[in-house]
Amino acid sequence: MKNLNKLTIHQLIQAFERAEASAEDAMSQVLDAIESGAEFNAFISVFERDALLQKARDVDAQRAAGKGAQLGALAGVPIAIKDNICTRSGRTTAGSKMLEQFESPYSATVVEKLEAAGAIIVGKTNMDELSMGSSSETSYFGPVRNPWDTERVAGGSSGGSAAALAANQCVASLGTDTGGSIRQPASHCGVVGVKPTYGRVSRYGVVAFASSLDQVGPMTRSVEDAALMLEVLCGEDPCDATSSSRAVPRFRDALTLGVEGLKIGIPAEYQSGEDGLDPQVLGRVRQGVERLVAAGAEVVPVSLPHTEYAIATYYLIATAEASSNLARLDGVRYGLRVPADNLNEMYSKSRAEGFGDEVTRRIILGTYVLSSGYYGQYYDKAQQVRARVQHDFDAVFDKVDVLVTPVAPTAAFKLGEKRDDPLKMYLADIFTISANLAGIPAMSVPCGKTDEGLPVGLQILAPAFDEEMMLRVAAKVEQ
Amino acid sequence: MSRKVSEEVRQRYEVVIGLEVHVQLRTETKIFSSASAAYGAPPNTQVSPLDLGLPGVLPVLNMRAVEFAMKAGFALNCEVREWSRFARKNYFYPDMPKGYQITQFAHPICEHGHLEIARDPAGLQPGGAPPEDAGAPKKVRILRIHMEEDAGKSTHVEGKAHSLVDLNRAGVALIEIVSEPDLRSSDEAVEYLKKLRNIVVYLGISDGNMQEGSFRCDANVSVRPWGQQEFGTRSELKNINSFKFVHDAIDFEVNRQIKRLEKGEAVVQETRLYNPDKGETFSMRTKEESHDYRYFPEPDLPPLIIDAQWMARVKDSLGELPDARRARFEDGLGLSEYDAGVLTDDFLLSQYFSEAVAACPEDAKPSLYKSLANWVINELLARLDGQTGLADVKVRPPQLARLVALIDEDAISGKIAKTVFDEMLESGAEPDTIIEAKGLKQISDTGALGAVIDTLIAENPEPVADYRGGNNNIVGWFVGQVMKATRGQANPKLVNKLLVEKLRGDA
Repeated sequence: MKNLNKLTIHQLIQAFERAEASAEDAMSQVLDAIESGAEFNAFISVFERDALLQKARDVDAQRAAGKGAQLGALAGVPIAIKDNICTRSGRTTAGSKMLEQFESPYSATVVEKLEAAGAIIVGKTNMDELSMGSSSETSYFGPVRNPWDTERVAGGSSGGSAAALAANQCVASLGTDTGGSIRQPASHCGVVGVKPTYGRVSRYGVVAFASSLDQVGPMTRSVEDAALMLEVLCGEDPCDATSSSRAVPRFRDALTLGVEGLKIGIPAEYQSGEDGLDPQVLGRVRQGVERLVAAGAEVVPVSLPHTEYAIATYYLIATAEASSNLARLDGVRYGLRVPADNLNEMYSKSRAEGFGDEVTRRIILGTYVLSSGYYGQYYDKAQQVRARVQHDFDAVFDKVDVLVTPVAPTAAFKLGEKRDDPLKMYLADIFTISANLAGIPAMSVPCGKTDEGLPVGLQILAPAFDEEMMLRVAAKVEQ
Repeated sequence: MSRKVSEEVRQRYEVVIGLEVHVQLRTETKIFSSASAAYGAPPNTQVSPLDLGLPGVLPVLNMRAVEFAMKAGFALNCEVREWSRFARKNYFYPDMPKGYQITQFAHPICEHGHLEIARDPAGLQPGGAPPEDAGAPKKVRILRIHMEEDAGKSTHVEGKAHSLVDLNRAGVALIEIVSEPDLRSSDEAVEYLKKLRNIVVYLGISDGNMQEGSFRCDANVSVRPWGQQEFGTRSELKNINSFKFVHDAIDFEVNRQIKRLEKGEAVVQETRLYNPDKGETFSMRTKEESHDYRYFPEPDLPPLIIDAQWMARVKDSLGELPDARRARFEDGLGLSEYDAGVLTDDFLLSQYFSEAVAACPEDAKPSLYKSLANWVINELLARLDGQTGLADVKVRPPQLARLVALIDEDAISGKIAKTVFDEMLESGAEPDTIIEAKGLKQISDTGALGAVIDTLIAENPEPVADYRGGNNNIVGWFVGQVMKATRGQANPKLVNKLLVEKLRGDA
């Protein structure tokens, strides 16, 4: 069977179960697509072909032996994961020269979970260096190109995971989202991308950017696939003290409930042309909302008054945490070490050479934010504003079931367009950042294309731990 | 430099000391990782991905460490917080693998406690009116106790271009106990430290071993002219690892600061280290050179919330603390202040003695306890060599209690008891077994002893005549002869009684 690499997880598993296709063929086609689509630069590393095919054949053998029922939910599904997620085999670079040669002695909890479910991890995807960026251009390994238009960015920071999926180089992928890093590239590449509630998915083994904001999530071709992936990924992890002990529902059950009678909040602050919101993007999002209304949902205009402070707040908190999280990359025990005459020089040279400009910029900003005499006016103040942003959402979710907004102000922009203007780049995350500050779940679901043929995503935000409601609405937008 | 100011000058100043004590907790694993926290393993063999500061690792709080911190808090009369949180203290150093230390900053687990110590009169103003409570113990306020992780250990090899780092210690659980600046002399500082160390050892939360670094002290020292309200500028003496060094470092520092002030120079706020070889402190860094630690709440750990039931359980599980045990030994058992002090200053010794006491008969007289204390202090301790600790002594506390009871019951004499005790130390056998096997039991049989005495009297007419002639001293010679004939086993009191009766011819 051809084009197995273009199927959804559900279609692929069905094909396996009906013996219409083999995991080996699916893997082989995925690997072929990776080779032929090298120009997208979606992967930093791909695991060895023979080993991957052997894993696929093992799954096929199990099925052939009638042990299909014992296989996990993702048995034989080729999955790509972002290169800031540690794997015991191969390298974990996080897109940085600093970690170019780094081999992790342990696997992240999400990797263990995927493998326990039978997924086969094909490789590690390209990304903005240490997740810092919105275009996957800050990678030490070169920019990711958008499969829809290779002159354009794939979004970031999980651009490689989105591009790999759009280019059929995997059947699903994992990204991480600190300020929109799953949703924005998903939007730009025309796939589904979910940032779960903070604490839903273990962060153990994920190279930290901003610990209080980071969350791992899936990128998939359908809402149903996203629900399945969440069932595998979510749950309390004894290795992550911030992971939640809440029971993990069978998310897929929510998909057929429909949206009749649901209240869809449309925040006034997310529709303003002042944010550089492209009218085409707004138009596609409105079409998505119309589908929900047609299915019986009610639109309720709402307000999130502290939205305008979200970006400033985010860049204070995220950089502060990052400046501390990245201190361990000092050249002492692992990673790049530039020899020098004394310790301080070794630190400075290793870090100057190991980190790119954007990472350096953020470390300096974050260090400043936390420094004595400035902590109160920056970090502490930002935490207060963060509480207000959270309160905005609490208040709104008393009135509506979900919020619907654009994911990004524009469709994928041109490579290089914003590279030299960090502030302009930061505005690319204007609609996604608040969900991270509030810790609530949010996702991007495709809602059409611009006249130029570029995908546009619609963002759904839901109350904390109500991924079911979010997915339920997403299923209707998708149809 | 090391010249001392005159005592007259010295007495113009009040000494102000606050102590920060780092106590390594005796948890099996580290405070945030599952690596072993045992001391003394080969370098870098007790290191998890977390202790190595690898990308992606996350801390998970060891609840045993929390329990131990709570115990310290309750024992030191602190308010133990239901809600506390961890923070990151950021600085670069090769033995600090994450580039930050996880500690508690704004919200420590325990606050506002105190520890009572004996007041040192030398810390009072000379010639000043003594405070009303001068005779009472002094309450040293404890500002806070917080939990944190230890750093690794760096070894700088002389003449080498590199340093060695051992991360076995990185991540070992610590509590830091911070006192208010309430101490007024080096002797008070040492008294406070000794009491504090004894408490953490009694609680079983630390081995309190200063040589191995499980009990470390930083001292903040300043001086001010008597009567001045504001504190003087302080220096912080870092990482002093013995009571004597604490004492000497503070005295040196006080002298140094007074000399500066007397010369009209200011004391500089700085961190200083103590060199025990020279008996001097020297500057490590000034305030201007100090780190900006950029503290902020640790985002990888949720706030620590302790439920009331757990807190109550821990509070009830402290066991007997040194002061209470000492009071029990004095007031309950009738021991002297000195004996009670010796028997409580060392936890293992106090345990040994307590167990021996527990094995005594319920209606035991104070003399028995006194005798037991003497045996522990004078006989047992004297026989411990450097190799054998109390834990390894073959004579277990109930066996010693039995031996002392046998003396008390006149079953054996004190002299025989020492022979039995040596045998017990050697073999670990029960005293009764040894006495039985060797036939050492005291002869208290009137008939048997009477027969021995009768024979003596019959065979020694001259000394008998002597006695009857008024020489009472000759009784001693007869006693010696009876003892000789019974190989020392005769009950001396009974022998005396029978001899006098028979020599007088009463019987």
